[in-house]
Amino acid sequence: MTTTKQLDELINREYQHGFYTQLEADTIPLGLNESTVRLISAKKNEPAFMLEWRLKAYQHWLTLSEPTWPNLHYPPIDYQHAYYYSAPKSEKTGPRDLSEIDPELLRTYEKLGIPLREQQVLAGVAVDAVFDSVSVATTFKQKLSTLGIIFCPFSEAVQKHPELVQQYLGSVVPYTDNFFASLNAAVFSDGSFCYIPPGVRCPMELSTYFRINAKNTGQFERTLIIADKDSYVSYLEGCTAPMRDENQLHAAVVELIALEGARIKYATVQNWYPGDKDGKGGIYNFVTKRGDCRGDRSHISWTQVETGSAITWKYPSVILRGNGSVGEFYSVALTNHHQQADTGTKMIHIGQDTKSTVLSKGISAGYGQNTYRGLIKVLSGAENARNYTQCDSLLLGSKCGAHTFPYIEVKNPSAKVEHEASTSRIGEDQLFYCTQRGIPPEDAVSMIVSGFCKAVFQELPMEFAVEAQKLLGVSLEGGTG
Amino acid sequence: MHAQPQSWQNIALSLVPYELAGNSTPWVLATRKAAFKRFESHGFPTRREEEWKYTDVSLISKRGTLAPDNIPPEASSEAKLLAWTLPSEGMHLMVFVNGHFDSGLSNIDDLPAGVQISSLADMLDEGAELPKDLFKQQHEHTVFSALNNAFVTDGAVLNITPNTVVNKPIYILLIASGHGTAIYPRMIIMAGAGARATIIEHYMGTLDAHNFTNATTQINLGDGATIEHCKLTQEGPAAAHIAGIHVQQAEGSHFTSKSFVFGGRLVRNDITVSLNEPNCTCTLDGLYLLNDKQHVDHHTRIDHIAASCTSREYYRGVLDGESRGVFNGKVIVHHGANNTDANQTNHNLLLSRQAEIDTKPQLEIFADDVKCTHGATVGQLSDESLFYLRSRGLDEVVARSMLIYGFANDIIRGVNVPYLRTRLEHLLLDRLPQGEMVKELL
Repeated sequence: MTTTKQLDELINREYQHGFYTQLEADTIPLGLNESTVRLISAKKNEPAFMLEWRLKAYQHWLTLSEPTWPNLHYPPIDYQHAYYYSAPKSEKTGPRDLSEIDPELLRTYEKLGIPLREQQVLAGVAVDAVFDSVSVATTFKQKLSTLGIIFCPFSEAVQKHPELVQQYLGSVVPYTDNFFASLNAAVFSDGSFCYIPPGVRCPMELSTYFRINAKNTGQFERTLIIADKDSYVSYLEGCTAPMRDENQLHAAVVELIALEGARIKYATVQNWYPGDKDGKGGIYNFVTKRGDCRGDRSHISWTQVETGSAITWKYPSVILRGNGSVGEFYSVALTNHHQQADTGTKMIHIGQDTKSTVLSKGISAGYGQNTYRGLIKVLSGAENARNYTQCDSLLLGSKCGAHTFPYIEVKNPSAKVEHEASTSRIGEDQLFYCTQRGIPPEDAVSMIVSGFCKAVFQELPMEFAVEAQKLLGVSLEGGTG
Repeated sequence: MHAQPQSWQNIALSLVPYELAGNSTPWVLATRKAAFKRFESHGFPTRREEEWKYTDVSLISKRGTLAPDNIPPEASSEAKLLAWTLPSEGMHLMVFVNGHFDSGLSNIDDLPAGVQISSLADMLDEGAELPKDLFKQQHEHTVFSALNNAFVTDGAVLNITPNTVVNKPIYILLIASGHGTAIYPRMIIMAGAGARATIIEHYMGTLDAHNFTNATTQINLGDGATIEHCKLTQEGPAAAHIAGIHVQQAEGSHFTSKSFVFGGRLVRNDITVSLNEPNCTCTLDGLYLLNDKQHVDHHTRIDHIAASCTSREYYRGVLDGESRGVFNGKVIVHHGANNTDANQTNHNLLLSRQAEIDTKPQLEIFADDVKCTHGATVGQLSDESLFYLRSRGLDEVVARSMLIYGFANDIIRGVNVPYLRTRLEHLLLDRLPQGEMVKELL
């Protein structure tokens, strides 16, 4: 049957971004204890408040245990068997322009298609590339700084804008938030920092590429984006990682803060190494992402396309604190082979006239297990809160699973909350309709899947929409189930 | 595991071995002891458990005693009155008072051939083997079923032989009265192949009753059997009611459950259905109409184990006062259960600022050829509808009541027993402000 053949093709496809760059890395000893935390802080030359915060986080982390409630199965993680800091050696020479950067590194970026050279101007993307844990190059800073926008590596922000960091760090995701967020707070190495001053509309899409490279290095990025009054920013995050047999831990934290009238669009394409077809290897991705609509009429939207990682544990959330604030979540999650994803969102309605939209599309193939877990909470003061949730699942193959766990908690009688979900495979009638019009089955499936995800892709910025469409096309064409 | 107050444990332990029905039969006593051990090792569920996240049972755990009355009480005049007002000609009536069968108030004489109805206590005392396997079963998902197994006093055992059609509904009225009683009824219903019956379980509490009712109903459907089960929970305003309805379906059988909750301080219904063989259908409907500080929790779980089964679930809730409604509907499609068609909805009307609803429709799917949908909404009466009615001269209170009536009646009108349907409609109208007026307009 063509179906089986096509599925086999899909299953046997090799990870395309699997290569490993030989680089001399600056790594601290294996394991995690208080001195690791101190060492990381010292290496980054951090002010006292940072070290204090990290140590508090570490102490709190010791009291926590790993969550067991997700619908995920993986061998226990040995947190003492990982390196918590690794920076490319070239950092010490302090590259001021591209020519000073390790050519090996540049080639890596080229393979990934990161526009770090002159073409950047045409692409209109400012890149804060994180290679392992330290930002190596940041571009377009000049252009952004004339507008007063701060966009730099987190470690730089700690040095140059400690007052902003101190004011906002941990104010959305406190170090006590959860097991992985505490771990991140204690050992995070770097990340991106972004501040948009009042009334400024960021003229370009800000983007950062995270990439895990050195063997056995858990990556702990921390991103903090602050959009001041009536400002606007669109931020892109994309990931690929080299092929590797050992599972790698990744526990990032992203905090977004939108003040009065501000708007933040945050888009992610996540394509980390998902492990081979037997479920060996792959990235463990435990991410805490949360936005705080702190001011009235603020707006935060999350868009994610999750196709990679062996394990995905991720719930980008929005706290709708300001009156009239809006939260959005658009997601496409694909699990293939032995991938497992437990992902979804939380929308906490606190302010009046708050609105939230959740659109989640899950696709399961092979032995993949895909779980949507969402919470819509309307507190008693949230007059006229409105939520619409739709989560659809598509099953390709008889051994995969699709699960939906939507929690709805409403304490206000003026709230309107709607939840809709469906699970199905690609309908015979849909396929028949296409094939009898002369469209080959493979293209038909591709069309139907594209249609299935279209509503989410529409929310992505142009550059990403193309990439996402390609990514999905590669992984799914032919899977009629 | 969990620290528990000492008092109920002592009382409970001392009572289990000696004085309950069937304890002279070794397997009954052994079952009771094992069940209590299971309950004891787990303790009362806490809100840290996912299945009890929204429901706090401290109202029950703080009670002085969990042990049932082991002597059948004299039926109060209130209880008698209740039983007498039922149109007993149109039904087979079984009455239980505080968990004990009252043959004087019951009427199960003119049963059609092929139907046996007995008191569980009698059967246990006689050492009858018939319900042994079902009696031993506890439901793994709730520790309260273990408690029921340990303390069960009495109940109905219904055996319908193959191809027997019971035309009149079997009405089981369970009356609770008096202070501090713990009541443990158990219903065991076995429907042979092709059998048909309608069973009504009506839990009625008097106003002053501070009872704790812990009920378990087990229903086994043979090939092609059709069972409709209606449950009306109308406990007193201070009562706690925890119940499980556990259903096993064989090939081509049809099961319908309707759960109506009007009364009770704390009510929890666990309804589980296993679609074990192909071509079954099951429909779970429910309506909860809450006020004051009522807390009502429905947990349903449908396991699609065999292929080609259909399930439908339709729950509605109206929440007023400081009430809290909880709904958790699980649909689990197991590996190989292809051609499954599952559909689930939960709609809620939130009428008061202090009321709260927590709903969680849940799908877990391990097969690919399935069609599953679920939906949940929380909202209030629509302004347009209100305006429409008011523009036709109805005052706001009547207009609101009328809309609530329409919302709730959607579930009630699916009831096939005319007496019960009328009774439910009356109950609904009684609860609505200016219900009389609405009635006249209908």
